[in-house]
Amino acid sequence: MKFGVVVFPGSNCDHDCYHVVKEVLKQPVEFIWHKETKLDNFDCLIIPGGFSYGDYLRCGAIARFSPIMEEVIKFANKGGLVIGICNGFQVLLEAGLLPGAMLRNKNLHFICKFVELKVENTDTPFSSEYKKGQIIRIPVAHNEGNYYIDEKGLAELKKNNQIVFRYVENPNGALDDIAGIVNKERNVLGMMPHPERSSEIELTSKDGFPIFESIRKWLKEHGKS
Amino acid sequence: MVSPDIYKALGLTDAEYGKIEEIMGREPSSTELAMFSVEWSEHCGYPRSRKYLRLFPQQGKYPSLVGEDSGGIIVDDIAIIFKMESHNHPSQVEPKQGAATGVGGIIRDIFTAGARPIASLDSLRFGPLSEPYNRYLLKGVVDGISFYGNCLGVPTVGGEIYFDDSYSGNCLVNAMSIGICKKEDIARARAGGVGNPIMYVGSSTGKDGIGGCSVLASHEFCEGEEKRPTVQIGDPFTEKCLIEATMETLATGHVVGIKDMGAAGLTCSSAEMAAAGGVGMEIDLDKVPLRETGMEAFEIMMSESQERMLVCVKKGKEKEIKKIFEKWDLHGVVIGYVTEGTKLKVNYQGKVVAEIETDALAKAPIYDMPFEKPAYLDEMNRLDLNSIPLPKDQNDVLLKLLASPTIASKEWVYEQYDHMVQIGTTVLPGSDASVLRLKGTKKGLAATTDCNSRYCLLNPYRGAQIAVAEAARNLVCSGADPAAVTDCLNFGNPEKPDRFWYFKNCVEGIADACKSLNLPVVSGNVSLYNESPKGPINPTPTIGMIGILEDIDRRVTQFFKEDGNIIVLLGETKEEIGGSEYLKVIHEKVAGNAPELDLEKEKALQKTVYDAIQQGLVKSAHDCSEGGLAVALAECCISNKDKTVGAEIAFGSHLPTIRTDALLFGESQSRIIVSCTEKNALKVSALAKENKVPCSIIGKTAGKHLKIDGLIDLPLEKLTGTWRGAFVF
Repeated sequence: MKFGVVVFPGSNCDHDCYHVVKEVLKQPVEFIWHKETKLDNFDCLIIPGGFSYGDYLRCGAIARFSPIMEEVIKFANKGGLVIGICNGFQVLLEAGLLPGAMLRNKNLHFICKFVELKVENTDTPFSSEYKKGQIIRIPVAHNEGNYYIDEKGLAELKKNNQIVFRYVENPNGALDDIAGIVNKERNVLGMMPHPERSSEIELTSKDGFPIFESIRKWLKEHGKS
Repeated sequence: MVSPDIYKALGLTDAEYGKIEEIMGREPSSTELAMFSVEWSEHCGYPRSRKYLRLFPQQGKYPSLVGEDSGGIIVDDIAIIFKMESHNHPSQVEPKQGAATGVGGIIRDIFTAGARPIASLDSLRFGPLSEPYNRYLLKGVVDGISFYGNCLGVPTVGGEIYFDDSYSGNCLVNAMSIGICKKEDIARARAGGVGNPIMYVGSSTGKDGIGGCSVLASHEFCEGEEKRPTVQIGDPFTEKCLIEATMETLATGHVVGIKDMGAAGLTCSSAEMAAAGGVGMEIDLDKVPLRETGMEAFEIMMSESQERMLVCVKKGKEKEIKKIFEKWDLHGVVIGYVTEGTKLKVNYQGKVVAEIETDALAKAPIYDMPFEKPAYLDEMNRLDLNSIPLPKDQNDVLLKLLASPTIASKEWVYEQYDHMVQIGTTVLPGSDASVLRLKGTKKGLAATTDCNSRYCLLNPYRGAQIAVAEAARNLVCSGADPAAVTDCLNFGNPEKPDRFWYFKNCVEGIADACKSLNLPVVSGNVSLYNESPKGPINPTPTIGMIGILEDIDRRVTQFFKEDGNIIVLLGETKEEIGGSEYLKVIHEKVAGNAPELDLEKEKALQKTVYDAIQQGLVKSAHDCSEGGLAVALAECCISNKDKTVGAEIAFGSHLPTIRTDALLFGESQSRIIVSCTEKNALKVSALAKENKVPCSIIGKTAGKHLKIDGLIDLPLEKLTGTWRGAFVF
């Protein structure tokens, strides 16, 4: 089993994700520079948080054109597991791997704090270790986390049970309290909250770790040891 | 003959110009004159303050490092590098960019020392928020710190925000950064090895920030001036790439020395690197990447464009280094070489535009500034307690104090800062000190900034000592052993003897307090000329301090944890209300003397609490500061966002025979409130007795109210609403 953490110029949660996979989940992990044009036998790709290219334009709008993204899209289309966290979620939206878009937070400020999430769907490779309806405590840290999708798209998300996490108290104005979604095939997850920031008890919450643990379990069940 | 108008516009005096001619043995060229003007400015060369900075101790309980641009300590095999720096004048002119580039500049000082930045703190001071421009400044500064720090991925974990009338017209933005590396990986800011190439790396050079350190930062604000062009513009994305490229470059082992181009830009970095290495240097300005055409040599030498550095690399390795910077889409260009001798030679467009002995540039003259105790101080120190009416309703006073912007919760601010990135922050902002884990070890690092400038105004020597003592106390309350200090010395115009008297006394206060507490001052910065037509700022020697936790699991937060714990007050409450927030907010007076401080008693108190925490006896610890005992108790009850805990206080036989307002809101020093189980309360009392520290069991945690001995009775909900609701914009 091998994890990859994609590094864009301006990624800043790359080391954090790497740390959690290596030191807490205890699985092999490598950084993948955004200029790479091929992927070397990875089983799960993490698109980390941060400010790719400074996000001076719309978040993730430039990163989406990095050479590695062609490969990430191919990998996802073949059923590989991809998780985009925060800026990574924004990149996946820009790349069209997930539906919808991000607006600025309703209060027009950056928001960094712990929030409570409700687990809506445990039937994905990323959330099987939770109980449906479970309330978990995970921090957010973003300027543009106000998720938006048109009416038809929202109906689609609901119909296919693609909403994985909802905010208990909506911090940013996200439509329908959406904090995290999967694609229809359920192999691509995008979420604004940072599970890597709540995977060790020293950081006051381990509620994010089951996401990594779910992935490990899923990969193992699918023949990756 | 150079016209006086020219050198005066550059901020040089007649005498300084005379000295420059004497050094050069001829009339200086325009480029040379510009270079002297920035290097001899107070901001770079410290000509007025340097004499007193020698008083600071440089050694303490951990081995210390005092480098060219920053300093730190060694803990086991880790070097912890940290420094605080001011960006006051630019922030007053253009708050967002001023604060942003302040953060950028201090972080560059850390990673050019070879340390990866792991945390930032910011000490901010503004005039009253009733004035629209002060609100504009507060919002702009917070926005700038958030914009820059968040993008970089360095968590902003703490600091302070303080309000006083004296900062109207000249706000203070003091940014502190902390980084870590293996002790053998520390980099120096010096050039060496004749023939080694000098590389310019990072962003390109423009006309922004010309004269930032000399024309802007080394003069008072006067009416109707337009100084915005002297403020630099920040690009945090480039800085983030620069951090990564620099860490990769240093890891090659091919770097001889590296220095940030901060204040005074290329002039400072080239001259000081050469001077520190005792070598000469020749640079060619035609090779400097420019972002606009038609720049003059002096503009290139003085520009304070951000996100640039100078690197001296080993001969033959320049291509390898260039490749790293190109990977990050940054410039990496050889612009010169280390030469024989000790001169800095600058060429541009086929001509030699400057040739100066680096020592003459880098070692600004030292002035003996006249100082005099101001006549108005005795009058200010006079405070007849009988003239201060006792408030009838103590509940009302407590609520007013909790709503005072200096005391109110700063959640609105720190939630705009990413304070968790790098997954090291184990005690989040909102407690006495922020605590970071040092990954791969059991150890932790605590950090805080402190200064009550009203105390310094009333009694500079003691006020500065209190700033040191309180910073250490905050660290102790979090479970850390105070280890080392950085400072940012913010004062008014040093050419005025009363301002300089304050400077001198504060420096002496810091030096003596640090010696007494065995703390080295490893780095720092001086910011003078902080005054406007409204007058000078309060003397503000901001103290940044770090402490070490032997065991991160022994960290303690300030808030009560659960019902049924015993509340213990350590230290003595005296009849002191001079300089207090209470006196200012309720009686609109800044008067009296700063609270007393006995460093021996302070040490005994800190030892008691440190030992109690190490023995696992303590559930919470919080020091009494602005707003006194009542505010400290309220904060213990309500500062945990997830859970508030009530308290019932009854002094009983421990009731000091002093005025009620002094008891509740006086700011006597060397006091800490701890909570613990009943069994451990006895052990804490025994420890206190051993150390001869006054210790009173004053109550227990219970209920949904804060009740203080029939004087105060308020529901927690009311306290929380007031304290959290007062600081939202």
